Amino acid sequence: MSETKTPLIRLAKRAEMSKGRIYLIRICSIIIALILGCLPMVLTGTNPFAAYSVIIQGSLSRPVYLKQTIRTAIPLLGCAIAIAPCFKMRFWNIGAEGQITMGAVFSTYFALFYADKIPHAPLLIIMFLSGALAGALWALIPAFFKAKWNTNETLFTLMMNYIAIGIVAWLQGGPWEGRKGSQLIPMFSDNARLPMVLGVNCGWIIALVLVVFLYIYMNKTKQGYEIAVIGDSVNTARYAGMNVGWIMMRTMLISGAISGIVGTIIVSGANFTLYKGVANGVGFTSITVAWLSQLNSFAMIAISMILAVLEKGANTLQTRMQVPASIADIITGILLFCMLSSEFFINYKLIFRHKDKKEAMA
Amino acid sequence: MSTLITLIVAAVTFGTVLMYGTLGEILTEKTGNLNLGVEGIMYMGGAFGLAGAFYYEKAAGAAASGPLAISIAILSAFVAGMAASAIYSFLTITLRANQNVTGLALSIFGTGIGQFVGEFMRVSEGGYVALSNHLKDAFNATVFPSFFINIPVVGRIFFSHTVFFYLAVILAVLMYLFFKKTRTGMYLTAVGESPSTSDAAGINVTKYKYLGTTIGGGISAIGGMVYIMTTAGCVWNHEGLSGVGWLAVALVIFCIWRPLNAIWGSVLFGAMMIMYLRVSIPFIPTEIYKILPYIVTVIVLVLTSMKNSRDKQPPASLGLNYFREER
Repeated sequence: MSETKTPLIRLAKRAEMSKGRIYLIRICSIIIALILGCLPMVLTGTNPFAAYSVIIQGSLSRPVYLKQTIRTAIPLLGCAIAIAPCFKMRFWNIGAEGQITMGAVFSTYFALFYADKIPHAPLLIIMFLSGALAGALWALIPAFFKAKWNTNETLFTLMMNYIAIGIVAWLQGGPWEGRKGSQLIPMFSDNARLPMVLGVNCGWIIALVLVVFLYIYMNKTKQGYEIAVIGDSVNTARYAGMNVGWIMMRTMLISGAISGIVGTIIVSGANFTLYKGVANGVGFTSITVAWLSQLNSFAMIAISMILAVLEKGANTLQTRMQVPASIADIITGILLFCMLSSEFFINYKLIFRHKDKKEAMA
Repeated sequence: MSTLITLIVAAVTFGTVLMYGTLGEILTEKTGNLNLGVEGIMYMGGAFGLAGAFYYEKAAGAAASGPLAISIAILSAFVAGMAASAIYSFLTITLRANQNVTGLALSIFGTGIGQFVGEFMRVSEGGYVALSNHLKDAFNATVFPSFFINIPVVGRIFFSHTVFFYLAVILAVLMYLFFKKTRTGMYLTAVGESPSTSDAAGINVTKYKYLGTTIGGGISAIGGMVYIMTTAGCVWNHEGLSGVGWLAVALVIFCIWRPLNAIWGSVLFGAMMIMYLRVSIPFIPTEIYKILPYIVTVIVLVLTSMKNSRDKQPPASLGLNYFREER
């Protein structure tokens, strides 16, 4: 009697899966995503093989392209590192976009008004510190309200993004406007630009240092452990005597500071000026980078590079084959969907009905 | 006085766009699913809505009828939005992926698709995609006869809008009745508040979540189409559309998840977004006006959490996936 009520497919949590199989599933999901990514190309009459090879060529084939690709990957990687501790804590900080922007604003202030007064190295240090401070404070606001009144942090951090962007829009057309009517903030002088190392701005060194920092912080320190406990269960953390509110604020301070540093890298290493699209969606894309890497900082390097290759390659694709560059967003989206789905097959197993019966008989 | 009336009329035009986005997202969030992909959904709605009307006109030629073009645009936007949300629903409801991350992925994907379709149409049609003036007028026509519009003051404020505004208001009222007066609506609310309780009470949680999120996505997508067809003048304009979806997410909070509040809330937000064009207040730079909606939303968010009154909270399970096996 009960047999008829057993659903056709049941789900069960899987016990540990071997590392090899996990990677196999993930690689399969990437391949499926690339195949699905052919669809829009085929529908619009582009040969997908040619398109993919242009993407690879346009992003990796020459040192110049490779450098540009790395330059795109730096903010993604840095910002994913910023987000990881928050997400580990299940504090959904989707305000990195705004934290980057505020970091960029503060560093731009020094770049614009102190470039001729302070020598190169101290100026850059001041810019980084002020960027970190701005990002940290911007992140602290929602964290404070979350800690104090349990205000929904997802929605709060989201709103903070647009407030930050609005502030830049105002600076752009108002107090910091260069030539009147241009709506543009002047370019930084050389004194306020990041030095190049191996042909790319030194932001990549900072990003790699942050990768190691995050690994040590999350896995080897007491604070990292506290974050992990809160992520598993806020109540457990409370019973263990942790000050959950304070830990949330501290984590957001660190997260915001790193995002702010990313903002500094973007303005002084890539754009050399500030405009309202300074974060350019990095704050959002990096969330997916962090999540798909399972918050593992070393995996973030790979994922951010994949996304950067797509973005840089798609620009080449647009100029060479007249395929709109937004194909990068589409493939990125499909890639994210597939990789998100693959986690399901790693964590759960499907049990079919007939198999179940055999087990029952045995 | 006439400045004020012009401001209100313009606010309603932009507010209508937001109203669809918001109503759709309210329906989605009521089921406990926070879909941050509204931005992408509205892009897709805009692009496919325009495509629907454009290719219909291309096929029908001069005989193209306005009402039919409007219906086709609404339908194609709705279907596009449903398809986009269906991806989100499948990933979050069946495959249990994280809602925030999936929503953001949908935003990236949807803006990509919208842009791609818009650009592709532009390139394949030789540079410029726009409807004929005949259809443009149909999309922007007022519904009421000029007798009503000519009533002093009240006429323009209440009767001079496009059909989309009145449809949105009707939709808001219907949604209100749906949540308050029908069993299905109450079940849906229950699912959003506590899926495990609803499940125990015999409500098919999965079905409600799927229907709520996909239909909600369809409604949101109509907003994107309305933007392209009214404010943008029937031309693909991704710059104008960017940020509208996020504003709709903000507005849902501002309305504290109540459809009727969306009517005046969206007009208010619309006013804040376009005020810089019409009213200048000394010492307040115009760009600062544009962040007002977000600041107001933050204040509402903080106040509701501080007061902690039970009827003004987000749906209790918002953002959390439901695992029956983990009860």
